[in-house]
This record gives sequence, C-alpha cells and structure tokens, in this order.
Amino acid sequence: MKSEKELKNFKTPSTIPDEWFSWKERDTEKMEEVSRPSLSYWQDAWRRLVKNKMAMLGLIFLVLLTIMAIIGPMISPYEVNRQNLPNQYQPPSMAHWFGTDSAGRDVFTRTWYGARISLFVGLVAALIDVTIGIIWGGISGYKGGRTDNVMMRIIEVLYGLPYLLVVILLLVVLGPSLGTIILALTITGWVGMARIVRGQVLQIKNYEFVLASKSFGTKTSRIIRKNLLPNTMGPIIVQMTLTIPSAIFAEAFLSFIGLGIQAPFASWGVMANDSLGAILSGNWWTLFFPAFFISFTMFAFNVLGDGLQDALDPKLRK
Amino acid sequence: MLKYILKRLLIMIITLWVIITLTFVLMVNIPGSPFNTDQASNETVQANLEAHYNLDQPYYIQYLLYIKSIATFEFGPSIKQPNQTVNDLLSRGFPISFELGIITIALAVVSGVLVGIIAALRHNGFLDYLTMGIAVLGISIPNFILATILIQQLAVNLEIFPTATWRSPAHMVLPVLALATGPMAIIARLTRSTMLEVLTQDYIKMAKAKGLSPWKVVFKHALRNALMPVVTIMGTLFAGILTGTFVIEQIFAIPGMGRYFVESINQRDYPVIMGTTVFYSAFLIIMLFIVDIVYGILDPRIKVHQKGGK
Repeated sequence: MKSEKELKNFKTPSTIPDEWFSWKERDTEKMEEVSRPSLSYWQDAWRRLVKNKMAMLGLIFLVLLTIMAIIGPMISPYEVNRQNLPNQYQPPSMAHWFGTDSAGRDVFTRTWYGARISLFVGLVAALIDVTIGIIWGGISGYKGGRTDNVMMRIIEVLYGLPYLLVVILLLVVLGPSLGTIILALTITGWVGMARIVRGQVLQIKNYEFVLASKSFGTKTSRIIRKNLLPNTMGPIIVQMTLTIPSAIFAEAFLSFIGLGIQAPFASWGVMANDSLGAILSGNWWTLFFPAFFISFTMFAFNVLGDGLQDALDPKLRK
Repeated sequence: MLKYILKRLLIMIITLWVIITLTFVLMVNIPGSPFNTDQASNETVQANLEAHYNLDQPYYIQYLLYIKSIATFEFGPSIKQPNQTVNDLLSRGFPISFELGIITIALAVVSGVLVGIIAALRHNGFLDYLTMGIAVLGISIPNFILATILIQQLAVNLEIFPTATWRSPAHMVLPVLALATGPMAIIARLTRSTMLEVLTQDYIKMAKAKGLSPWKVVFKHALRNALMPVVTIMGTLFAGILTGTFVIEQIFAIPGMGRYFVESINQRDYPVIMGTTVFYSAFLIIMLFIVDIVYGILDPRIKVHQKGGK
C-alpha cells in the first residue's frame, strides 16, 4: 500500500515503460492444478467436528472412558467383587480413590468395571440395531412398491409397541443376563434405524449416479453396498450416537427396577441402585461416581451426536 | 382424512393384538407352573388350581379366554397377593399415577415450550446458552439419579419438601420435578430449533412488517408452526414419563401403579406383570393413536399427502 502522500504525487506515465513487463512462460504442467487441497467428505466433516468444542469434549471424554474401562480394573489392586466388611463406607482416600461401598468393595474398580458393562451393552446393541436396520431399511427403500409397503407396515406396528415395556416383559421371562438384556434391547430397537435408512435410500436411489450404475447392469446388492450405503452413513452414525446412550440408560433403568445385570457383575445402574440408602446417611461417594459417569456418558454422547449431525449434514457445508 | 384415521386405527389394533399375543406366548413359556413356588402342595391341589385358572385347557382355548378377559377388562388374579386381582391394583394405583403423569406432562409442555421460545428469541445470547446448557444436562441425567439428588438436597438437607408419599401438593413437588425435567429439556430444545427455523420465514417478516406486536408475532404466528414437531414427539414422551413413574414412585414411596408393577416384577407375580403390561401398552398405543390423529388435524399437509395417491 502506498501512503496518501505518495498516491497524490504519483503521476501516470504516458507510456508504460518496457521494464514493467516481464516474460512469463506458460506452465502447462501446473495450469490445471487445484491450489487448495481436496478434502473428502469425511475429512471435511472431521474438520467441522474439531471446531465444535462441546462435541470434542464429548469425544475426548468417551475416548478416556473407553481407555479406563479397559485398563481401569487392571491397574487397580482390588478385585471387583472382593468384599471387605470391616472396611465398609470408607470415604475417598489414597488407598481407595473413589471410597468403598456398603460391602467394603472398592468403588474405583467397580466404576470402571461398570463402564465395561455399560459401553459393551451400548455398543453391541447399537451395532445389532445398525445391522438389522440397514438390511431392512435398505431392502424396503430400494425395492419400493409392495415390498416396501408390507415392510413399512410391520415397522409401524413394531414402532407402536412401548419399547421399555417389551424389554421388561422379555427380561421377566428370559431372566436377566448380559445376553438377554442385549437381545431385549435390540428386538424392537432396530426399528428407528430401519426407518432412517429407508428414508435415505428412498431419496438417493433416484439420483443420476445410481441410474448410471444401473444402466451398466450392476447387481442390486452391489448398488446397495457401493452407491446407497456410503451416502446414508451420515444419518446412520448420528442415529448410533443416540442409540448407544439410550441403551446405556435402559440398562441402568433395568438394574434399578431389579432386571439388570446380576451379581457378581457390577454395572452403573446396579451401583446406583445399591447406594440409594447410603446417600441418606451421608456416604455420597457410593452414588456420586456411578451417577456422575452415567450422566456424563449420556451427556458426551448427546453433544457428540449434535456435533456429528452438524458436521455430517452436507447442507451446512461451507 | 377419514382414510387416514381408519389406517391409523387398523395399525393400532394390530399393535394391540401383537402385544396381547406376545404376553400370552411369554406367559405360556414361563418355566414351571405358577403354583409350585412357595408352599409344597400335593398334586390334587395343583390340578385343582390349574383347573380353576383354566391352565389345563389346550393353548388355543387359553388364548381365546385370555383375549376375552382382556376385552372385558378382567386382567385376572394376583398369584402372590391372595384375594387381590390386577383390577384391584389398577383401580387403586392408576388414579395416583395418572395424577402424577398429568401434572408432569403439563409442567413439561408449558415450561419446556416457554424456555424454548425464550432461548430462540435470545439466539446466541446468554440466556440461550444458559437454558440450552441446562437442557443438555436435563437430558443427560437419568430421572432416578435426579430424584435421589433432589431428596438429598431439598428434603434431607434443607427440609423444604417432604421426602416421600403422596398426600399434599408439597409431596408432589419433588417427584414431579424429577420426572418432568427430562421431557421439559427435550421439548425446550425442540421448540428452540423449530422456532429458530420458523422465525426466519417470510410470513413472520411480513407479520412484523405490518406492525404487529412482537408478542403477537411470536405467540400467534410463529408458535403454531413451531409446535408441530412437539406434537409428534408427544407419544414418545408419554411412554418415557410412564416408564419413569416406575422408578419415581419406587423412590418416593408413592402408592401408584408403577410401584405395584415393580413390586410384581421383583416377586415374579406373572399375572400382575402381564396384566399391567397389557394395560400400560394399550394405554400408550391409544395415546399414540390420538397423537397421530391430532397431528393429522393440525397439519393440513397430511391430508394433501393422502390425496396425492402415495
């Protein structure tokens, strides 16, 4: 930039002197080059997710939680179910970081053990939901017509069934265990996922690139796998971040009404349920740690889901 | 519109049939006879009991009897509590649970919508961040944990409210608060996001441009459209509040239906579990049906969609 004074004194020469020009060769190699790095859909989404502070907070918490769920019980000198009655209701100290519960068990160890159960239930339930949901929704959306009609009516009926009541009913009869809880949670849980996948497939199957693929004679299964599914991944991932916390909540809820994971397993719901009486007598830590981790895990999944929704939505692409 | 209602009605009836059949199939498959648990009874007594409850009949007759009893609202006797029928428990517990549920829903909808509107009007302002921060917390904290915290802080430490039972309005504050926070937060977030969308639309600009008071623009013009998504999630919210009453009634020792239900689960009182589940499910399925119809009446696009031939 020239200062104002200089600009005022600047006189345009009547002819432009030759030395102002320089010879530039045509660079055929680089003229077609794209100067900005090209970003794939996922790189772009990741860039936007990183900018979202709350979502990153949730993600970091979940990563740490997963690490602690794996190594927590290993690094602790105490066993999960080792009772030590003289040692009951010890407040948090150097020996017992999270204190001990009514049976003198180490709350620190049990909390990470509970994290294993909760994350396992949440992840497996979500994965089963996704698998069934993709198959059902994919076929229903892609086939269309009568198939779609029948499949959607079945979904509408299942969707009307009260989710937790069916879960309770199944667990009463099957008996609560890790396997039956996951079975009960997924038996109608996949319906929401199937609806989302169907909606997406219905929309995408009319796009030109699918038509092009079809006109080459590509097999249906390949079109679904290669053309439709990659483009529905965004909403599927968002839905998963909502399924996992709802499964974790359901497990805690079931433990609370006596249908959750049974001893000797420890889940957050069981720990919270066991310590309800203890909190009234001032032993707050027995409830605080499981309650904190249930709530913060739900919180982390919720903000991560919100962040992913914004990041994966192509409409918000800048 | 009539076609739409009939279609929903048909789906509702099938859903009811599925849940009734499911409970029957599960009941039949429970291992062991319901009578050989506590007392050692001889075989004649056992056979007489089974005959009394029609358990000696073939399955299809049992099934028909079961459907008949449900259609006439006779849910059968309790096994663990003699001389008590499921109907007794329902008529004693349901009014209390219903009261708890209605107050909760009213509080959740009114305050949730108001908070959502305030947050939307103060978009990206301090109030917006504050209320939405609290709302995310409200969704994340399970109601049974919130209930315990409320008892510990407000009832035990500060002694503002009584801890348990269901006698006066003061007794209702804590359970309703514990139960309503989650739905309130969900409604507030939903209202905020749809309100933000609606407020940018041209007809709102038009309403403002013709000089209507901001109050009128928000409550008369914007809110109507912003409430549509809230109506759609009402069914899910009913279900959430209903299952929420199981634990809340347990924690606050409220003698409602939910408490009997959890008790029957812990005692494995199968007829009560099944009868209550069918009752609850029917209640929710009918609620869902009503919500669907209300939505159909409120949203004119559904009628167009039906006529559009799809």
